[in-house]
Amino acid sequence: MAALLQVKNLKTQFFTQDGVVKAVDGVSFDLGEGDTLGIVGESGCGKSVTVLSVMRLIPQPPGKIVDGEVLFDGEDLLKVSDEQIRRVRGNKIAMVFQDPMTSLNPVLTINQQISEALELHLGMNKEAARKRTIELLETVGIPEAAKRVDDYPHQFSGGMRQRAMIAMALSCNPQLLIADEPTTALDVTIQAQIIELVKRLQKELGMAVIWITHDLGVVAGLCQRVIVMYAGHIIEQAKIKELYGHPSHPYTLGLLGSIPRLDAARKSKLTPIEGLPPDLIDAPPGCPFVPRCAYTQDICVQERPELRTVAPEHQIACWVDVKGGKG
Amino acid sequence: MTAIAVPRPNDQIILRKPATSLWADAWQRLRRNKAAMAGLVVVLLFVFVAFSAPLIAPHDPLQINDGKGYLPPPWAPAWMSSTGRVGDARFLLGTDSIGRDVLSRVLYGARVSIVVAFVPTAIILLIGVIIGLAAGYAGGRWDNFLMRATDVVYGFPDLLFFIVVMIALRDTPIGNFANGLLLLFGALAVVNWVGIARVVRGQTLSLKEKEFIEAARTIGASDIQIMFRHILPNCLAPIIVLTAFRIPGMIITEAILGYLGLGLRPGTNPSEFFVTSWGSMLLAGQSALNAQPWLLLAPAIAVALVVMAFTFIGDGLRDALDPLMKKAG
Repeated sequence: MAALLQVKNLKTQFFTQDGVVKAVDGVSFDLGEGDTLGIVGESGCGKSVTVLSVMRLIPQPPGKIVDGEVLFDGEDLLKVSDEQIRRVRGNKIAMVFQDPMTSLNPVLTINQQISEALELHLGMNKEAARKRTIELLETVGIPEAAKRVDDYPHQFSGGMRQRAMIAMALSCNPQLLIADEPTTALDVTIQAQIIELVKRLQKELGMAVIWITHDLGVVAGLCQRVIVMYAGHIIEQAKIKELYGHPSHPYTLGLLGSIPRLDAARKSKLTPIEGLPPDLIDAPPGCPFVPRCAYTQDICVQERPELRTVAPEHQIACWVDVKGGKG
Repeated sequence: MTAIAVPRPNDQIILRKPATSLWADAWQRLRRNKAAMAGLVVVLLFVFVAFSAPLIAPHDPLQINDGKGYLPPPWAPAWMSSTGRVGDARFLLGTDSIGRDVLSRVLYGARVSIVVAFVPTAIILLIGVIIGLAAGYAGGRWDNFLMRATDVVYGFPDLLFFIVVMIALRDTPIGNFANGLLLLFGALAVVNWVGIARVVRGQTLSLKEKEFIEAARTIGASDIQIMFRHILPNCLAPIIVLTAFRIPGMIITEAILGYLGLGLRPGTNPSEFFVTSWGSMLLAGQSALNAQPWLLLAPAIAVALVVMAFTFIGDGLRDALDPLMKKAG
């Protein structure tokens, strides 16, 4: 399958008063057309910064993409002009945010907000854009779309707003949809509906999806491939079954160990990962996971492990061969 | 006692109110505010008077009536007129030193105030909004530069600035254009945009960090589109309130300048639009405060009425656009 998006050695840093924060430090991955990629990790591990860098939406200053390439359809998005990147945003790459309560403009109607992208990229006039907006709202399952289209965001519930956000993202038939924790702010039943919606739309429209989450359960139901990030690095990537069947990085093991499971013995306790993600300013030379890792060896402190292949299409960044069984 | 619920006929359960915008909501609240509505009526009346002065004024405001100078209003008590003259029923507010009808002059004087209320306000809105948006949105060095410039303007004493500008540019082509009105507008605009720029900048600073602005960016909106389509509508409420409070300030400033003899120079040709202003009427009236108080009182009451009307509207708008503040206060 041809790669739609190729990220090579992406490095994004924030220049703050306290020092340089290496938020994303050498991340590379590919995404084929129509593929679904999950990016997993704790808060502050660089998931969002990675995808924002892809769209060049890092606030500059203080942020800066210092190195790397983002090839989208063969074109390096980091090198194109501002005008060109604006034509990509919303048109070829669209994004859905975490909190639907705050990502819609409270003083504009739903119609005005969704129409904006249509007028911008497809050059539609107001009437055509309105018609298309109603269609889109119907597609994402808003009842009585023709009536609700002139509502303001405060008249929509959380789930409906997220649907409206998805409608907005889909408005120009993007080739890639980036979903940045789109279900985190929603309750579980709505979460399931939204996941089903995205799955269905992906099948209908054939777009690729990058789904960012800290919920490994969501990833399992949705993605073909998963990237686990920690402290700005990819520390494990694999096909979904491989990752759940043979998690190999101690951090991934820790993440899986901290999810409640239906098939676990009763009264067995969850095992959380102790400690917090490291400060990304002045990171020591070794593996960033060392302070929280149960398998630490001498070399872990001295040198950061590169990604290595442990099984077909399964790579980890760890010196140790940890064979994680189930549980 | 037991209460029994009796369903009334034609009772309909309304499950969902029709979509109301922020503005429709605010208008509803404003309508319930009696003072603001009274203010609105006065202002509308004032606008009407200014434009139809020739139709409703009983006399030509420039017509000199020989031998009819200093006539008191016909209804005034005798002590008001020290000369012992008796009022003439044709001159409802009396006449001035050379026998011009005060009522007609007050009606015509409304024109200057109305224009001063709206034209410089439009200019300060334009300047203030653009500078505030630019400073807040661009941030960093631009913000610093624009805000320091704003501070300089803010720090300069307003009245001193008016006096200096008016005196310095009086006899230049700019100063003579349209009876000195252009100069007056310019001076008023230069001083008054500062407050609006500051408020808009503050709002922009907080709004640009909101997620919906980032969302707008992800759909490919340009900076200009984000500024004017997404940020500006979100700070309209404070802008409107601030503007409503700024208008009476403009009217008063114009009256003060007129009083100092620095405002608009009244035209002498009856076909001109601006034949007098309330400020210059105050100036003429103050010299005879004891002997002919109506000459001062008529324009003073007119100014006070209009200023109060605008202030009431401003108050009403503030309460209407910011319902939470009213609850707290």
